[in-house]
Amino acid sequence: MSKILEVNDLKVYFHTNLGPVKAVDGISFSLESGERLGLVGESGSGKTTTALALMRLIKKPGIIENGKILVDQKDLLALNDTQMREARFSEISMIPQGAMNSLNPVMKIGEQLKDTLVAHRKYSGDQSLSKQQYRSIIDNLLTSVGLEKNVAKMFPHELSGGMKQRVTIAMGISLEPKVILADEPTSALDVVVQRHVMETLQNAQEKIGAGLILVGHDMGLMAQFVHRIGVMYAGKLVEIAPVKTIFKNPIHPYTKMLIRSLPKLDSHGRFFGIPGLPPALLNLSPGCTFCERVEDFSHVGEPVEWTMISKDHEVLMCGGCEKR
Amino acid sequence: MNNIIDVKNVTKIFSKGIINKSFTRAVNNISLNIDSEKPMIRAIAGESGSGKTTLARMILGLISPTEGELFFQGQNINKLNNEDRLNFRKSVQPIFQDPFGVFNPFYKIDRVLNTPLIKFQVSNNKTEIKDRIETALNSVGLRPDETLGRYPHELSGGQRQRIMVARALILEPKVIVADEPVSMVDASLRATILESIYKFKEEQNISVIYITHDLTTAHQLCDDIMVLYAGNMVEAGPIDLIVRNPSHPYTKLLVNSIPFPDPDMNWKKYDPKDRLKLDVESVGWRNK
Repeated sequence: MSKILEVNDLKVYFHTNLGPVKAVDGISFSLESGERLGLVGESGSGKTTTALALMRLIKKPGIIENGKILVDQKDLLALNDTQMREARFSEISMIPQGAMNSLNPVMKIGEQLKDTLVAHRKYSGDQSLSKQQYRSIIDNLLTSVGLEKNVAKMFPHELSGGMKQRVTIAMGISLEPKVILADEPTSALDVVVQRHVMETLQNAQEKIGAGLILVGHDMGLMAQFVHRIGVMYAGKLVEIAPVKTIFKNPIHPYTKMLIRSLPKLDSHGRFFGIPGLPPALLNLSPGCTFCERVEDFSHVGEPVEWTMISKDHEVLMCGGCEKR
Repeated sequence: MNNIIDVKNVTKIFSKGIINKSFTRAVNNISLNIDSEKPMIRAIAGESGSGKTTLARMILGLISPTEGELFFQGQNINKLNNEDRLNFRKSVQPIFQDPFGVFNPFYKIDRVLNTPLIKFQVSNNKTEIKDRIETALNSVGLRPDETLGRYPHELSGGQRQRIMVARALILEPKVIVADEPVSMVDASLRATILESIYKFKEEQNISVIYITHDLTTAHQLCDDIMVLYAGNMVEAGPIDLIVRNPSHPYTKLLVNSIPFPDPDMNWKKYDPKDRLKLDVESVGWRNK
């Protein structure tokens, strides 16, 4: 397998009047084709910002300060705007969080899918396709996500939440991108529909052989879906390992608490919340931010270091975290 | 009468249209009761559109049933006089799903907590009000000095939801109806909120009706469960029994869809036929 995506020391800062908010502060990881990576973390840990930065969709006052995003050896940050527009959906695509709000309510599904094909690709200009060709591409896309062909003639309000989310999946795979970013694709759906949508996503991703990054906070879903998990905390990646290792042998105290807080079938009446609140990202102290949260003041501000636990298991922590 | 809440064979039919009337049976012939002696946490589970929120709204007295009756301490809740209604509203408190939609952004957090105490004439004494608010905030794990005097946008979703839990608690209710209280909250903060709801029952003898589609949190929190499908009750009983050994096909589908946080426990393949069979069985009576 080849490395399809490499992210090196990515930094996204939002410049406010009070100073820079370091939403993503130097994260690096790589993804192979066909691999599924999960990015977990609580609200404000920078997971969605990371996904948006990979699509180069960060809006002002946010700026990608530093870093390299290599999709198939091509640096996205070096592209100009026109080239980036072409790269979106054909090289790297995104499946958004709320399917309800991401489809145009006054446009038929088929038209919206065609829009994606026209806007982001070679099909525009002289290479435009005939009506029949577009129709057959769209029919194939809808079938591949388990929808009927006549969905193309419907408006978004005629579809259920799960169907809408499958339309956005169809859009995400329409140009066979090398990397798919799925930002909490099922957070608004109930469990039965969630399972169906995740299966559709998995089949679609395996069919085109793309790498996939699933952003979310549901560790249960991650356990069922991804190969590797990266845990984010306060803008930094703090632990990355294969999914089985994370669940069997978590090292970082935040990962441990995250796993312990999950409801299990033998934990009636016992609850393990994570104490404290996530840190404010403005004027973050340079050292370990997690020790501050759990009120282990003896280690606050201690520098954090990457520690190699095993070949593919790395943890970013300070001396205090190690002992917990 | 020993039951605080007694729901007897309620049905709710929504109709739409003037000339071509069409009807939807959102809730069909459901009964349940909550004992006043023995507090319990009861889950009502089901997918979107199964009627669980409609049932909750009837229990809260926000809508009235088409057929059947609901009783609060032996009195029909749709026929209460003003004084009894005030008492009912005070004793049965809701917690809603969306911690972003329930606050008025122009008012400080304090107002949400003050108003019920004044309106229900619990107290007019400023120090007593302050004491009560601080106790309630402490019991949901918030520090009063960090929370009071702030505006809603300054707090995170988890904090706001905990304030709603504190608000329900502040009136010392007998029953709390929690409609998906954690589905819009981060997974890492869910445990804290569920824990405070659990403590209501253990420490203050408050019964809770917990509405959800997530059987794992229901299992962690509740004593028994009622599964709704298309407005009908399809299975009910002690939660441990039902989650471990479901017998109705829909309950099985729900249990199989739980994403267990264990990579070794595989999700069973989703088979659209399971769903189809169910729909055929229930579609007959749904649109009468």
